[in-house]
Amino acid sequence: MSTLTQQTLSHLDWLEAEAIHIMREVAGQCANPVLLFSGGKDSVCMLRIAEKAFRPGRFPFPLMHIDTGHNYPEVIAFRDKRAEELGERLIVRSLEDSMARGTIVLKHENESRNKHQSVTLLEAIEEFGFDCCIGGARRDEEKARAKERIMSFRDEFGQWDPKNQRPELWNLYNARTHQGENIRAFPISNWTELDVWQYIEREQLELPSIYFAHTRPVVRKGDLLMPVTDLTPAAPEDTVEDVMVRFRTVGDISCTAPVASDADSIEKILAETATTTITERGATRMDDQTSEASMEQRKKEGYF
Amino acid sequence: MSALEHLPDTDNGLLRFLTCGSVDDGKSTLIGRLLFDSKTILADTMNAIEKTSAKRGLTAVDLSLLTDGLQAEREQGITIDVAYRYFTTGTRKYIIADAPGHEQYTRNMVTAASTANLAIILVDARKGMLTQTRRHSTLAKMVGIPHLVVAINKMDLVDYDQATFESIRNDYLAFAEKVGIKDVRFIPMSALNGDMVVERGDRMGWYEGPTMMQILESAPAAHTEKPEDFRFPVQYVCRPRDSANPELHDYRGFMGRVESGEIAVGDAVTTLPSGQSSRVKAIEIGGQRIDKAIHEQSVTLLFEDEIDTSRGDMIVKSAEAPAALKQIDADVCWLSETALSPARTYLLRHTTREVKAKVARIEYRLDVNTLDTGDAATLEMNDIARVSLKLAQPIFADPYQRNRATGAFIIIDESTNNTVGAGMIA
Repeated sequence: MSTLTQQTLSHLDWLEAEAIHIMREVAGQCANPVLLFSGGKDSVCMLRIAEKAFRPGRFPFPLMHIDTGHNYPEVIAFRDKRAEELGERLIVRSLEDSMARGTIVLKHENESRNKHQSVTLLEAIEEFGFDCCIGGARRDEEKARAKERIMSFRDEFGQWDPKNQRPELWNLYNARTHQGENIRAFPISNWTELDVWQYIEREQLELPSIYFAHTRPVVRKGDLLMPVTDLTPAAPEDTVEDVMVRFRTVGDISCTAPVASDADSIEKILAETATTTITERGATRMDDQTSEASMEQRKKEGYF
Repeated sequence: MSALEHLPDTDNGLLRFLTCGSVDDGKSTLIGRLLFDSKTILADTMNAIEKTSAKRGLTAVDLSLLTDGLQAEREQGITIDVAYRYFTTGTRKYIIADAPGHEQYTRNMVTAASTANLAIILVDARKGMLTQTRRHSTLAKMVGIPHLVVAINKMDLVDYDQATFESIRNDYLAFAEKVGIKDVRFIPMSALNGDMVVERGDRMGWYEGPTMMQILESAPAAHTEKPEDFRFPVQYVCRPRDSANPELHDYRGFMGRVESGEIAVGDAVTTLPSGQSSRVKAIEIGGQRIDKAIHEQSVTLLFEDEIDTSRGDMIVKSAEAPAALKQIDADVCWLSETALSPARTYLLRHTTREVKAKVARIEYRLDVNTLDTGDAATLEMNDIARVSLKLAQPIFADPYQRNRATGAFIIIDESTNNTVGAGMIA
């Protein structure tokens, strides 16, 4: 036997190797997978991992974005540019179409569309016959996510049953499904927000500009800074302020808030991320604060 | 230890550990303490837990709310499924698998243990060793966790008494000898007050060993203890067939992860089951070439000759080939509510290879409390047994105690596609 030279992987290399392994398991086990790509920082990492997993070949899956119609234009432009650069197929399915079909019915015009994404996602899964959706969710984001398997089984209604998950042992992932069922695969489950930023720095990944500090009109609502946009105009009683902000997470305009920050470079964002006292979703997501189980509830209904 | 105030400048890799033990032994408090002292519980999370604690009429903050993430868990106040938690100390990143203590969730403890490199087994100093202490220790040993730490917790409730600590330690050592556990350390601890978790505290001057955090910081990283034989299960074959790019026309890359050992350009390799041999022409990650790949690295291998290899095959160094087995003896933990049926055919997944399998014989069922063995005609959920299995095609396996990656398998019920069993080759 050869003598083992004691070389080990850094934590980032290890996380990357694990994520590549998971993506390749999806490619090896699933007949028709898709990679969810929103243009956000986690999905930017996922694209780099897909490159490392499958180049010089093409990705064995298309990219797909479920567009709520309430996304920041910078993010949509970035999404299209990235897909073009990679030369991979981008599928966009839009909530507007589901509304036109009558499968999404809003309570009122300006209701957050975030949770309704599940409907359009499930429709797209059915339309294309996807048996696996690869997503960039991380277990450190939220307590229901902390419980979720890396290969998470969904029934034909897209439902997650947290009390009856498939056991997942070693790195022997089971992505088998029957017709109509699907798997949600989460290659970066074990990454934290800090890992994501460290990876973005190391790999010199490009991001939508709104991740970096910029001045933007906002209204203070409790601890949150609500961006003033066409979709979320200030009320007459609101005081609009111009504040230097950046987004820690990028989602629907109506439910994603920026944080006050002057971090205009990845180095500065890394320093802030290492010392922040507020969680990523706590500072930024209104939809998680409605109840203790809101994420769990959404996931049970098919949310990714 | 101070909070993480700057980015890590040294990287001791990643350590995966699990916390286990009986119900109410203070697992959640310990995890809370580790997360709190490493600044991982952030202010808004703490606020949420405080609010919920108050809503329930508790006077103190209930740290178990931090780890019990499911509605059903919070309703019942117990941990049902494994939760994964993360913290970093500035030199190392940690993944904690928080395993349930209840007996009926033993399968979830095995799940958590399968990826861990260190186990913290909590013991309530007032109660000493309990059934679950023995059960979880036996399982940890069986799953091959190299390092065990027995944390004798709630020392504050026994007046920090050294004799109590030593008596439990002696009980445990007698048990450990019987099970064959070798690497075990003991820490007296009060997770509630923080003694010997991160800070030493000033009430147990009689204990001179390391704190919990010192043990975690110095334990070998998850990926440093691997067998030397090169094992590369093929996950996916890359054939770009890009007619626009003639360079890629003949490209055939075998993609997978180095599960053990290492591989360098020029090494002689054999692919199994075909037995064809060649040499490594190139090693790539994402199209970039590297000279050598080490264990747990995900890479693409290119060979000098065209050899027939597809997903499910195993690439090894020509001189280090494992046995091809069509009949295996294994320790099996049954995970499903539906009992094992010796009449049925199951699917067995070993590395990236799937084969049909049938039970030839249940050699014995193990009572993990007493370690006694007995006969069994079937296996119920949470049973652990030595089983002899017949396979439709060979697998290329090593004994589990020598190689966790090539010694482990799962059993899948094809009617439900559920993972119903976990196996470790004897």
